[in-house]
Amino acid sequence: MQRILFIIRKEFLQIFRNRFMVPIIFVVPVVQLIILVNAATLEMKNIRISIVDNDNSSVSHGLSDHIVHSPFFKFVPQEGNNLNLALRRMEKDQTDAILVFPDRFSESIHKGQPADLQLLINAINGMKAGITSSYVAQIIRNYFASSANELNVNASVQPGKTIHQVRISPLFWYNPELNYKIFMVPAILVILVTLTGALLAGLNLVREKEMGTIEQINVTPIGKFEFLAGKLIPFLIIALAELAFGLVMGKILFRIPILGSLLLLFGVVVVYLILVQSLSLLISTVSNTQQQAMFLIFFFMLIFIMTSGIFTPVESMPVIAQKLDWLNPVFYLMRMIRMILLKGSTLKDILPYILPMTGYAATMFLIAVRAYRKTT
Amino acid sequence: MTKEPAIRVRDLVKKFGSFTANDKLTFEVHQGEIFGFLGANGAGKTTAIKILCGLTAPTSGEVYVTGCNVAIQPEKVKKNIGYMSQRFSLYDDMTVAENIWFYAGIYGMDRQQIRGRISQLLSEMGISHIRNTLIRDIPIGWKQKLAFLVAVFHDPPLVFLDEPTAGVDPLARRQFWELIYQYAARGKTVFVTTHYMDEAEYCDRVCILSEGRIAALGTPNELKKLWNARSVEDVFLRIARPNHNKN
Repeated sequence: MQRILFIIRKEFLQIFRNRFMVPIIFVVPVVQLIILVNAATLEMKNIRISIVDNDNSSVSHGLSDHIVHSPFFKFVPQEGNNLNLALRRMEKDQTDAILVFPDRFSESIHKGQPADLQLLINAINGMKAGITSSYVAQIIRNYFASSANELNVNASVQPGKTIHQVRISPLFWYNPELNYKIFMVPAILVILVTLTGALLAGLNLVREKEMGTIEQINVTPIGKFEFLAGKLIPFLIIALAELAFGLVMGKILFRIPILGSLLLLFGVVVVYLILVQSLSLLISTVSNTQQQAMFLIFFFMLIFIMTSGIFTPVESMPVIAQKLDWLNPVFYLMRMIRMILLKGSTLKDILPYILPMTGYAATMFLIAVRAYRKTT
Repeated sequence: MTKEPAIRVRDLVKKFGSFTANDKLTFEVHQGEIFGFLGANGAGKTTAIKILCGLTAPTSGEVYVTGCNVAIQPEKVKKNIGYMSQRFSLYDDMTVAENIWFYAGIYGMDRQQIRGRISQLLSEMGISHIRNTLIRDIPIGWKQKLAFLVAVFHDPPLVFLDEPTAGVDPLARRQFWELIYQYAARGKTVFVTTHYMDEAEYCDRVCILSEGRIAALGTPNELKKLWNARSVEDVFLRIARPNHNKN
């Protein structure tokens, strides 16, 4: 056991003597939080919209007003009421969507007949197109719902029938303002601890191989378990410090909620780090150069992060991918950190995730120890 | 009673693919002797030394070091040996004392022991003043001495030195050999590889390797007599000459 302490002491000596390390440890989290959280947001604002109004009635003007004044849209005024002009604008990427009122639109409404509206959306960015379409649909629905009496008709109800309005008002839990940043900050913290923990520990081991010092260690009677634990613990401590620092920055910069127990969160992250560090130590064991190790670690990390549910819910992935996610370390933490921070989940709530992850971590560490060879 | 040899090797073979680095090596090293392992670059010296230290597994053959079979009890062997690698293996970004503390620590020595021995050994070697200097800032001759000090810090009965004097000036080489003599004088066994033939004269017995095989084995005087040569260097050249072009 004392041998582990000697290794930890040596690693910390080297880390803090490296002029690059300390700034990296404290600058990286701030930069990542600021840039990634803002860049990775899916929130849509300022969608550019053009309107071609062939109806020119109070109904079409009223509806246009609602769209133009919505915070999601930025109206692109255009000379002439010409669909072709508007389409050309879209081709030049000067507008994202075109709303077309056919003539006799209001007439149909007043008669209580089905009335058509055309919405043309540039769908190069499919996600954005979907959101645009649902925003417009929502505004149209709201407009007709609120002005039904005024218009003396209901858009969806045949004349002569009793009007029963069903109001659907969604309530968003845990993140009532649908602030995407609150959703993203925990995810960026996951990436942060993963990068620090996994990459640094793995590269450190290969570096000893490259320098040849690993031979001097392998010729001592030190146990493989002690050696790998000694390599793992220093970067685990640094990653935890990064997490603490990142949480403080997230609180200050983005006012993220911290509803659950921090002790629980740190406990979960310790298990997580043992898991990802064991994986990267395993990779370093089979690599001979830092280049090889780096490439392999990044290969796995990219796949893990992309399928972890960082942007899109895991539940909307194909079933096979969802099953495979139980092998994805990042998936566990991505889910648990959001549960603990945003929902205030307790140990009992996260049991379905923490139990398999603990087993996974223990297994991977033992595999890493077994795979490490003092004699080649 | 007969003394167990420090090293006993029988029919040691090491192959890398189709290349045979060590071909049926058989030799013994007695306790307390300075045993020189000579050979040109690529003769298989480093491969053999790594097998003896338990760093590399042999393809076949029996290797006993300090009475233990290296293949079966490598960790027990490691307690009894010191190893100074051909590649310089101290940490550049740590001080002299920090390097020693680290290696002594992972050999399992306790703090009290380490503290006392560091001061004693550094002053014996006359380098107490660089105790807190970073390794990257000290000259190569001293680095080599420090690497030796680290290899024997836990006071093993047997130490392996792989080309310990490569790349240092003749004076530093002489000083380094004084360290080896001092260590051997305490009854310790020293197994040293070199390609400086003048150093071979300092050894009790030498073994000359050529293309993975033992070409000659004996005391420097025996070899000189046998090959009718003036120096070990002559012996070496005579052995090497038939294959001169290949080296």
